[in-house]
Amino acid sequence: MSLPVRVGTLLVAFLAVVGGAIFVVIHFFLAGPAVIDYTAGAASGPGRQVNVVMQEDAQNTVTNKPDWVSYFIQDPKTKQWVHTTLFRVPAGARVNVTILGYDGCTPLRNTVWGKVTGTIGNTELVDGKRVSVLDAWQTCSVGHTFSIPGIGLNAPMGSPTTVAENNNLCSQSPCTSGPHATMQFSFIAPTTPGSYFWQCRVPCGGGFLTGFGGPMQTIGYMTGQMEVAS
Amino acid sequence: MAAVSQAPAPAAGQAGPRHGRRIFLIWIVLALVADLLIWFVLGPHLPPGTMTSSAGEQQDAIRLMAVMSAPVLLLVFVYFGYALVVWRQRPGDEADGPPIDGHGQIQAIWIIGTTVIVLALAVFGTISLWTSHGSGAGQGPAPIYNPAGTVSDRSWTPGSTLQVQVIAQQWRFTYRYPQFGGFETTQLMLPQNQWVQFNVTSIDVIHGFWAYQLGVKADANPGVNNIAYTKPEHVGSFTVRCAELCGLWHGAMFNYGKVVQVAQFESWAAGTKTSLASITKLLPAYASTYDPTVIPAFRSGPVMKKLGLTSAGGGYYPPEDPVQP
Repeated sequence: MSLPVRVGTLLVAFLAVVGGAIFVVIHFFLAGPAVIDYTAGAASGPGRQVNVVMQEDAQNTVTNKPDWVSYFIQDPKTKQWVHTTLFRVPAGARVNVTILGYDGCTPLRNTVWGKVTGTIGNTELVDGKRVSVLDAWQTCSVGHTFSIPGIGLNAPMGSPTTVAENNNLCSQSPCTSGPHATMQFSFIAPTTPGSYFWQCRVPCGGGFLTGFGGPMQTIGYMTGQMEVAS
Repeated sequence: MAAVSQAPAPAAGQAGPRHGRRIFLIWIVLALVADLLIWFVLGPHLPPGTMTSSAGEQQDAIRLMAVMSAPVLLLVFVYFGYALVVWRQRPGDEADGPPIDGHGQIQAIWIIGTTVIVLALAVFGTISLWTSHGSGAGQGPAPIYNPAGTVSDRSWTPGSTLQVQVIAQQWRFTYRYPQFGGFETTQLMLPQNQWVQFNVTSIDVIHGFWAYQLGVKADANPGVNNIAYTKPEHVGSFTVRCAELCGLWHGAMFNYGKVVQVAQFESWAAGTKTSLASITKLLPAYASTYDPTVIPAFRSGPVMKKLGLTSAGGGYYPPEDPVQP
């Protein structure tokens, strides 16, 4: 083999290794869920408000973890559901949240999280009915929660309430039909820009220690961040 | 062969420099200055402050330890510096040092001195733990160093011990006040100059209840009631942090509490009891620990039973599930 061929082969091999390493770093380490931006187009000033739309599913069939429960967020521009739990809102804005609860009921580990706190009026609408407390143990009423501890927000997510509905849940994510509950509430975003983590408080990481593993510990599933932009 | 030179020995009857006395004098002056600075200047600023009896006790302990250890540290440094300056090798001096065959007096002083220091600290520590009722540390479910008198878990009046249950969960502390109807809140309020009994537990993984300015630190273990005492002496805010790595948002598991005057505390407790009445009635009966894998039968409704949801343990997936660890 001539010298130029050997040098060329060596160069190609070197580039292949470097390229592979870069691909691995970008694909597996740097890539993360998308951030859904609700700041674009939001009116400025004290009266500004944004409408955040989410859904929680009993599974997700868009990843390689199909049995992990998961939230999805609707992109305000395309109206497409995105598998992410990151969203951005303007500082000080009124955030109107609609969450479609497609997952079935599960008991809260701590029933105190059945109380709605941190929303305007400390209440939420569940299928159009205004409530301040949901009993997760006595009735089949809570599927998950949407909680932002940094601002004292806790909203229990309603669920389909009958045995038949719970045995016939949507099985293809993101869900577009099937039994579900609709929750609506509003809160005022902090005036201080920054990241505020949010989480579900139902131990829905089934198969993991205390139910708080897997999707409960992974951004993009049952926990995420609300970015407050100035 | 290298030439061997002999260091000039002091002539008979001629006394050499008294190194021991020199070192002692340098050391005693420096140690005195250091201890005075530590006690009076640095001491009042040492952590964790003096907000509570236990915090003050800890600050005193750290101050005492610093005062006792500074002379030891200085003795080492003074001796080291003196040796470098006085006993350094001069040009042309290749003689061996004088043979040392041991010095019984120094050995005795060293052994007796260190023994006295360690035993004194042990006695101080034990007395300190006793008088401060555990110095804010978790003592387990049957604390040895408990304040005198019985503690009611049904009512509280100023002068008696206030019970506060700390319930750790990923990733939040909640606080239950059994003497005020058992309400549970995310706010931690304490009355000034009243003994407080923290009953620390967890309902999922291991956490650590660390109220820094209160000088209270107790492990929060599931199924265990870890009791710690303190007596807030000054009003103000304090920080509570989780002190055990407990998952993704461990770093965000903190909140702030307040020590307020008794009247203000009573007003807050009464108001909170009323405002949380709707959720308090849904809470399980007050207990020292809670088992989330068991929901009382009378609390589990028919739909829940039919669905087989009689537990908040989280193990809803079958064992053959591929993600079962």
